[in-house]
Order: sequence, then C-alpha cells, then structure tokens
Amino acid sequence: MAALELKTISKHFGAIEALSHVDFALERGEIVGLMGDNGAGKSTLVKIIAGNFPPSGGTILLEGRPVHFHKPGDARAAGIEVVYQDLALCNNLTASANVFLAREKTRGFGPFRILDNRAMNERSRELFAELKSETRPAETVRMMSGGQRQAVAIARTHLSQARIVLMDEPTAAISVRQVAEVLDLLRRLREQGMAIVLISHRMPDVFEVADRVVVLRRGRKVADKPIQDSSPEEVTGLITGAIGTA
Amino acid sequence: MKTAGESFIGKMIAAQPFWVTVAVLVICAVMTYLQPASFPTADNFFNITRNFAYIGIMALGMMAVIITGGIDLSVGSVMGLAGIICGLVLQAGYPWWLAVLAGLGAGALCGIVNGVLIAYVGLPSFVVTLGMLAAARSFAVVLSENKMIYEFGPDGDMFIAIGGGEILGLSNMVWLLVAMTLVFGFVFRFTPWGRHLYAIGGNEAAARLAGVPVNRIKLQAYILCALTSAIAAIMVVGWQGSAINALGTGYELRVIASAVIGGANLMGGEGGAFAAFIGATLIEVIRNSLLMAGIDSNWQGAFVGAFIVLAVLLERIRGSRTD
Ligand SMILES: Nc1ncnc2c1ncn2[C@@H]1O[C@H](COP(=O)(O)OP(=O)(O)O)[C@@H](O)[C@H]1O
Ligand SMILES: [Mg+2]
Repeated sequence: MAALELKTISKHFGAIEALSHVDFALERGEIVGLMGDNGAGKSTLVKIIAGNFPPSGGTILLEGRPVHFHKPGDARAAGIEVVYQDLALCNNLTASANVFLAREKTRGFGPFRILDNRAMNERSRELFAELKSETRPAETVRMMSGGQRQAVAIARTHLSQARIVLMDEPTAAISVRQVAEVLDLLRRLREQGMAIVLISHRMPDVFEVADRVVVLRRGRKVADKPIQDSSPEEVTGLITGAIGTA
Repeated sequence: MKTAGESFIGKMIAAQPFWVTVAVLVICAVMTYLQPASFPTADNFFNITRNFAYIGIMALGMMAVIITGGIDLSVGSVMGLAGIICGLVLQAGYPWWLAVLAGLGAGALCGIVNGVLIAYVGLPSFVVTLGMLAAARSFAVVLSENKMIYEFGPDGDMFIAIGGGEILGLSNMVWLLVAMTLVFGFVFRFTPWGRHLYAIGGNEAAARLAGVPVNRIKLQAYILCALTSAIAAIMVVGWQGSAINALGTGYELRVIASAVIGGANLMGGEGGAFAAFIGATLIEVIRNSLLMAGIDSNWQGAFVGAFIVLAVLLERIRGSRTD
C-alpha cells in the first residue's frame, strides 16, 4: 500500500487552475523527483500535502486511509514534514536549538521546567551522526555551510519520526560540493524507509537520487515513470512541452 | 573539540556586554583619579545606582521586546500613566497593595493593547507604540487633572518606604533591579519561552513553521515590557513621594539606548538581561561623570544619541563580518 496517495487532486485560485486532476502515489523508501517549470504547480502540490490549504477537489489517502488536513500541524501529526529551502532556520540559534525548536527537551518538576541543552545537544549529535553530517550541535547556524544547514533542517524531520518528507528545492542555493552532501542525506533517509518528494530544478540531482520522476506542466501531470526509463533530454522536453506526455 | 568562539571565555570576550563593563570600570577608575573627593563616595555610589535602577528595570522589559525584533516607544508614557494611577489610588485612601496592583493593571492593559495590535492585527510595533506613547501620556494628564498628586492617604508611608527605602547602603530599587536581572536572565537563557523570543527575532517565519506560538509570545513580551514600566513607576513614585503626569517623559530613549548599548540587536534575535543592566549603568555613569566634570548635564542627550548610533554601527560592522 502506498504511504501517500493523491487521487484526482485539483486546486483553483480564483480563475487560475494551479492543479487539475493530478494522481500521485508515494511508496515507502522511495524518492520521487517532482519537476516542472515555474508555475507548473509543484509548490501547490506540496502545500496541499503539507496541509497549508485544502485541495479544491480530490482525495488524499495516507496508508490507504482518507485524511483531511486543516492546518500544517495536522499533517505534521500524521508524520508529514516539509523542509523549506531557506526560511526554516533561525540563524541566531545553535543547530540543536533549531532541531528542537518548539519541541524543546526540558527538565525540572511540575511547571518549573528549564531547557535541557545537554540532552538536546546529545540527541542532535546522534541525529547528525546518523546522517553522517559533520554538523556540530552547539554551533550557531549563522556560521554554517549550506549542506550543514540542510542537515539541521533534515534532522528536525527525523526527530519527529516523520514517514514522509517533502523537500522544496533543497539544493537551490548551495555549492556543488554541498549538493553532494545533501543528496547523501536523502539516500540515508530512504534507507531508513522514509518516502521523499524532491522538488528540484536541477536535472542532475534528480537523476542521481530519485527512483521515479513526475513531471507537472501547467497543473497537469504529464509524466510519471521510473527514472531508469527516462532521460534528462526526455524530461526537459516534457517540462517545456516539446514532448506532450510520456 | 572547541574553538575559541565556542568556549565560555571566548564567548564572553566576543560579547558586547563584556566591553561595556570594561568601559564602565575604566570610566570609574578615571573619575576616581580625577575627583577623589566626590566621585568614589558612598553617597555618589548610592545616587548613581539608584538613578540607573529604574531605567535598568524598564530596559529588561524592553529587552524582551527587542529580542523578538520589535520596539516599544511607549514605555515612558506607560510609566507616567501607571504612576498617576498609583497616586490616585493612594490619594483616595486605599491600601498600598491596591495602589501597586492598580499601577500594574494599568501597565498590563497598555501592554495588552500594544501586543494585540502588533501580534494579532499585524501592525508595525513602531507605529502602535508611538500611538500608545501619545495616548497613555494623554490619559495620565487627563486623569491627574494636570495636578501633582502628593497627598497620599494613610498607606502613603508604606508606599514611600518601598520605593524610597534602602537596604545595606543601596536603594531598594537597586536590589529590585539586581533581582529582576537575575530572573530575566534565567528566563531568557534557560526556559523554552526565552528561547522562543530569540527564535522569533532570528526568523519569525521559521519559528511559526516550527510550531512556536509566535503571536502569543509577542503579546506576552509587550505585556512584560509594559509591566516593567509600571514597576519602575511604582518605585519612583514611592521614592519621590509624589506622582506627576510628566513622569517618564523621554525615558524611551534612555531605555532603548540601555538595551542597545548593552548589546541588543534592534533587528532582533540578540540581547540579554545583563546587557540591559550594564547598558543602563554605562549611560548613568557617563551622565554622572559629565556632571562632576562640570559639564552641563544637558549634553547627556547628545552623548546618548551618539552612543545609540555608534552601538548600531558597531553591530552592523560585526554583522557584515559574520554573515
Ligand atoms: N496562493 C496563491 N494564490 C493565487 N495563485 C496562486 C497561489 N499559489 C500559487 N498560485 C498560482 O498557481 C500556479 C502554480 O504555482 P506554484 O505551485 O507555486 O508553481 P511552482 O512551484 O511549480 O513554480 C501559478 O500560476 C501560481 O501563480
Ligand atoms: Mg515553487
């Protein structure tokens, strides 16, 4: 059974049809590359899955059961996490403070509780080690490389034991060396059985890690196939419209 | 493995409050050398500490707001309003604790109005608190019928003993500031609430996405800020034995300057309780020194103004190196 399944999802913003009748399934331990030109509807699809807004039509099934998310908290409670490319970290806090933001570990008794920084640093260290990232828990995020920042954002999803991770352009603003680091992180999440949606403009990234590629064009799904059955040339054609469907 | 920036001493030396403390000590040493008869006396120490105590108390509340990336320009007016309310309650013959509660209540109300408009309606803090600066002062003038209130009822003595009293050679206000600095320092550094203040100032959108109750915490920060203004009002009215509606006029500048000079970042996300304390100390030590050096104390405004700009400039320079 699919970890996540969307059936004939549509979304209108007034007269704009951002998504129309999109079917989409995601299996455990799978990375799906979601591609499309600007305005194709990728972010809208992610936002619907993440509970930012409801679809205008269609159903969402989680492990086979229909769900209705009214706010991001609902999706998070159901094990769905989103890694936003840059807006999701506080530069002035440490890596571990970011990982545990809004779910801090505390110690004390009754209402008298103080932050347990040691425990949070310890757990963050474990998470970073699992991700084989050299991020240091007590270091301030401001000082970090793009790859380390991604590790912090991904460690957050790990902490909540997410089963589905949606990544909107995780490799957009980082250097080539760091891209490799982030792609490694994704492989590691897949090994642990997570289902991942990777939105990216970068063809090489998708072809390097994704198991399947889905292409949206003007709100419609025009391709959905195993990565080995496709090619960068075909996907480019699908994105631009030079190739109708595949 | 720790780098210099991570070790405790490294962090301390890199922080602005450390250098402000050094500046305070240097000025005190120089003044002791120049004015051995008048500067290093118990009386002068008592005066200096009392004079920055109420500014420091307000700077602690201001710090909470500034850490979230906001500003509260209404603190001086809220202080004036709370002071008049205390005076009126005492004048009417009610007990001292009721005057204290009424003063705090007036402050809390101003804080709620500020906080709701900023956090929930989404108006800029600069605009909302500028409005409150005018409104609260106007209430104070109207309520006082533009008269000084000094005929405190039977409980007036108790009120005066609280604000005007001293323990071990220091004004009660100073002890209160010390206690509040410790409490605020603890809350800022060691509680989830404090951490969320910094998170909001660092990246409000990220804090919201992570699930931090951003609106509620911002509201609470403005209430806390207004409450510290009310506390300062209660102490100063007790110390002076009278309530005037001009109380606190222009204090917003000294309070904000204290926070910024101590090391708060007006863009949010940086600052601390000791920063508020030491910033207020530096300003008063400089004012006192000018006075003793025979310089017209009206120059203080020029110094405070220059210091704010300088502190922000330093912050900008440091920021451009790290980002
Ligand atoms: N909140 C919104 N209100 C109105 N139109 C929107 C909104 N969000 C997206 N759209 C429109 O929906 C279409 C798809 O946008 P989006 O999902 O952001 O595309 P992508 O992420 O693939 O670039 C675009 O035409 C965009 O202008
Ligand atoms: Mg997008």
